[in-house]
Amino acid sequence: MYNAIWRALPGPLALRIILALVLVAAVLAACYFVVFPWVDGMLVTQDGTLQP
Amino acid sequence: MPRPRPTRTRPRRRASFAGVLGELLVTAGVFVLLFLGWQLWLNNLILDKQQSASAASQSAEWIQQATTTPPPPEATTTEPPVTARVGPAQPFAVVYIPRLGADWQRTIREGVDVETVLNSFTAGVGHYTDTQMPGEVGNFGIAGHDSGWGNTFIDLMKLQIGDKIYIQTQDGWYTYSFQNDEYVQPNASDVLLPVPRHPEMPADGRYITITTCNPPFAAAERLIAYGTFDGWQPLTAGAPAEIAAQVAANQTGA
Repeated sequence: MYNAIWRALPGPLALRIILALVLVAAVLAACYFVVFPWVDGMLVTQDGTLQP
Repeated sequence: MPRPRPTRTRPRRRASFAGVLGELLVTAGVFVLLFLGWQLWLNNLILDKQQSASAASQSAEWIQQATTTPPPPEATTTEPPVTARVGPAQPFAVVYIPRLGADWQRTIREGVDVETVLNSFTAGVGHYTDTQMPGEVGNFGIAGHDSGWGNTFIDLMKLQIGDKIYIQTQDGWYTYSFQNDEYVQPNASDVLLPVPRHPEMPADGRYITITTCNPPFAAAERLIAYGTFDGWQPLTAGAPAEIAAQVAANQTGA
């Protein structure tokens, strides 16, 4: 799978490395700002409030 | 001019089903570790800083307003003014608790909504709308996370008898003294009564109740901290001596 992604990247080696890093950064950003906050909401609510 | 790439020297290996499955499973494992790193460390680090910085500038803004527009004469009476109620998720106070750190402060918003108050980058502490406001006879009930989303009250259990809790509003500084804490079930909402835990008693004084989760990173119980009202002073009288340096630093930083 990763082999296929690597082959799909265009350009010389340096450009491929840069593109790969950009892809990794994009995935991490999506995780930290969208996916993880959403997943956290699905887990145990730790809101510290009292429900009568 | 780039040379044309040589033709493939090795024959391309066909991706096998097991190979792709293995890569997916390893990826899933890495994502779980990334999530734990985010939940236990990175998100708290960022939110703690942002919530504290946001409260610092809110605090400085109100002091600035108070010094440029002097309060009406009745605000200098000895009886503390009752803080005006605001709409849901609107800020109306900043809380300082020296025991929780010399750079710890949080904005208090109306309501205890998770999305817009407790998990917010610019808040972290919410006011139970059913409870009284600062200055009002009764109980000022607030809530915040223990762990996660800024680790707001992770050190609440470290409060010692007599520790001060300072609530700053647009009217002034309200000082409370921590009295005791208690571990209760999540449905023990009588800790928020005008006289905490005593439904039969009419409101007889001004209290503060802070609620948070216990144990850290779980929600089985609630940790409750109670305080009693000491006194009040207008913003123009300056911050209480114990937090004067912290408040001054917030003003220069704003």
